Amino acid sequence: MSLRKSHELHQRRFSRNLGVGLTLAAFIVIIFGLTVVKVSGTDFGMATQEVQN
Amino acid sequence: MTDASINASTAPAQADEAGFGDYFALLKPRVMSLVVFTALVGLLAAPVPVHPIVGFCAILFIAIGGGASGALNMWWDADIDRVMKRTKRRPIPSGKVDEGEALALGLALSGLSVIMLGLATNWFAGAFLAFTIFFYVVVYTMWLKRTTPQNIVIGGAAGAFPPVIGWVAATGSMTLEPWLMFALTFMWTPPHFWALALFMRSDYDDAGVPMLTVTHGRRATRTHILIYTVLLAVLAIGTGFSGIGGPVYLAVALVLNALFLRGAWQISRRTEADSEADNFKVERSFFKLSLLYLFLHFGAILVEALLKPYGLGGWS
Repeated sequence: MSLRKSHELHQRRFSRNLGVGLTLAAFIVIIFGLTVVKVSGTDFGMATQEVQN
Repeated sequence: MTDASINASTAPAQADEAGFGDYFALLKPRVMSLVVFTALVGLLAAPVPVHPIVGFCAILFIAIGGGASGALNMWWDADIDRVMKRTKRRPIPSGKVDEGEALALGLALSGLSVIMLGLATNWFAGAFLAFTIFFYVVVYTMWLKRTTPQNIVIGGAAGAFPPVIGWVAATGSMTLEPWLMFALTFMWTPPHFWALALFMRSDYDDAGVPMLTVTHGRRATRTHILIYTVLLAVLAIGTGFSGIGGPVYLAVALVLNALFLRGAWQISRRTEADSEADNFKVERSFFKLSLLYLFLHFGAILVEALLKPYGLGGWS
């Protein structure tokens, strides 16, 4: 069986796999956004100051 | 594995195979919408500005935590759900999702939501979310639901925690105001569910769940609805004079509580014959009003909070 040939199972589970994929992609975007906010906020100010001293 | 063996192993599951939506349904999206809304009000009513992305993450992870407890509830209650008309089409009783899958999803999302809420906001909020999930799954679902007719009263606390978590996520501390929002949902839950139990009459009987209608009778349930509604009205109107209240909230609370009290009074005066004659018209409209009641009370708290930066919200 060719690896490129889509099995019926793939077609049947397409919506489920797409949903999981999109959810994971959204999770990555959210974590990235949260990290940017946290790093650029005051939360890490003390640690940076300590390193500088 | 050959093509034939793949077909053989998957063929019986084809008709009832779960889609993404079935796993999402395990999270009880309708309950989740209430969690999202009340947690959002708790977060925005707090007197501390929150970065929009942090606020979004807080609400998202509180919602995921609520959804996780919904999945764990469906896992534990699968036997009851198979019997009750209202829940027969849920993913587990309909055969689309295995009980083990629901357990795994619930546990995984519980851990994820607690850790992520702790990281996004503070660990007090994370711990509070963990306690809420524990309370709903262990205290309510596993213990009280099948043992006491006060199941709805105590279990209602789990649904009342989200605005407190939202507030704690914003402030990292606790004051009276979030507990007023907690009390509002806590006192609202019993009349809301008992009205439902009155017109979904055979469901809880068939499942053997000790609802008040089953253990103490329908007359006692009607009286209980009235008592709780009176207490709720006092609390809801009193909240109007607190730090989260104001003229808009008070006006909304006065109108809604007058209507709610009227409905509860009518329910308490009706006999079973009256209700059966009009197919529980009053009980059904009271239940519908209860949905609007909670939404508009929290909506009014939100309006007061949003007006405050313009010097209009609250009493000052």
